[in-house]
Amino acid sequence: MIDTVNTLVRKTPNWLLYLIGAAYPVWLLYAGFTGGLGVDPVKAMEHALGKVGLQVLIAVLLVTPLRRFTKLNFLSWRRALGVISFFYILLHFLVWMVLDVQILSQVWADIVKRPYIIVGMISLVILLPLAITSNNLSIRKLGPRWRKLHKLTYLAVALGGVHYIMQTKGFEYEPYIYLGVVIGLIAFRKLPKKRAAQPAKRQVA
Amino acid sequence: MAHRWTNDLTNDDVTPKSAYLNRRQVMAGMAGLGLAALAPKAQAATDLTPTDFDVITQYNNFYEFGTGKEDPAKHAHRLTTKPWSIKIDGLVDRPGDYALGDILSKMTIEERIYRFRCVEAWSMVVPWNGFELKDLLDLAGVQSSAKYVAFETLYRPKEMIGQNSPFLDWPYVEGLRLDEANHPLTLMATGIYGKDVPKQNGAPIRLVVPWKYGFKSIKSIVRITLTDKEPPTSWNKSIPGEYGFYSNVNPEVDHPRWSQASERPIGGGFFAKRIPTLKFNGYEKEVAGLYDGMDLRKNY
Repeated sequence: MIDTVNTLVRKTPNWLLYLIGAAYPVWLLYAGFTGGLGVDPVKAMEHALGKVGLQVLIAVLLVTPLRRFTKLNFLSWRRALGVISFFYILLHFLVWMVLDVQILSQVWADIVKRPYIIVGMISLVILLPLAITSNNLSIRKLGPRWRKLHKLTYLAVALGGVHYIMQTKGFEYEPYIYLGVVIGLIAFRKLPKKRAAQPAKRQVA
Repeated sequence: MAHRWTNDLTNDDVTPKSAYLNRRQVMAGMAGLGLAALAPKAQAATDLTPTDFDVITQYNNFYEFGTGKEDPAKHAHRLTTKPWSIKIDGLVDRPGDYALGDILSKMTIEERIYRFRCVEAWSMVVPWNGFELKDLLDLAGVQSSAKYVAFETLYRPKEMIGQNSPFLDWPYVEGLRLDEANHPLTLMATGIYGKDVPKQNGAPIRLVVPWKYGFKSIKSIVRITLTDKEPPTSWNKSIPGEYGFYSNVNPEVDHPRWSQASERPIGGGFFAKRIPTLKFNGYEKEVAGLYDGMDLRKNY
């Protein structure tokens, strides 16, 4: 079963992932024009892109724990997922800027003085070099520094989760669930590999 | 007393603003009307038109049914609104449970087309049907020691499923200063577009205070209490730094997390242009006097 999934994942051409990734915003746009996003398509699209962007980023971080605990191997999808998540978050920002706030002076005022926007912007700015270096040439050129650089994904995702909580009015469960998952994933990476492997050792004994 | 205020938001309303403003000044009342009749038509406020009924009824903040804008339209059908009564108590001469039917039999329902401005910087124009809150307060006989009016929404978690979650401290409560409550613009709405107020919009009866942010206009009211102390209000209890007791629409005082200088009219699709927010939501001439000498930055 796991082998079949892994083979399928490995054989999925990258262009197919990018195509599916690109189809989502196009579908949102279509739904927005045809009433599928409700009476406020701007906010609906803005929120959908932000949330799905965060979800795909979380999926990127899930690749390693999945490999370790289930032997499911989505490694060959990781780069495409990362690039797609950046694309969604960039669009999230553009919809906010162009369709929601509209007035450039106000966009700038929000970026410099609204804490939740500042947090979101920092996350986007962190993701930018990661997206730019998501290619084989960069991996070769940067060498070990590439891995270090891309560890920043954790910071970007965490800031994304905080940004989500900060923009809610009153108390809502959902954003806390996202941040909880992100914190869990970071905690997992901090876990020493030896300790994580211990239960398996005991079983052998 | 009905018809103390005239709509200024329809194309066919040609009454110049000065007419209804002067009309409320008892001394100069008739003279004002006479002068107004001569005033040029161009003074007639704006050409804003009411937002579509479908938009008004499918985009709501009514956390009793969930925090999403579509949640109220999805879940409000569970609410039963019959029988309905409003308990009026506190500093009144005739406290008691007032059956909605009895209240309505004594009121004149009129149409009020008001701008509706949410604190989240979106807006609509809603043609309400209702009566002035003052008429209801007069029915109960407000005592001279009363200074504030407190309102309470129905608490019935079996029907209002959002109340099973701690989004806010239920039941929802709101309040007005007595002079705000007595202002002719302050409406108890029982209808929209001539139909009964839909459940997602606060059936069967709700408050509408058009110069304040929408959350002040408490929905599905079951209790009105006259008091001499400023009553607690739900959003203020939840996030005091963001939502004050007054919450007058004010483009000059930003919400800590966003600007209030402009607003997005809902219903215009992807490319709806933002419009500037007006002080007191465009009712400055009518209500600014209520706040003379008050620091509106401090009393947000």
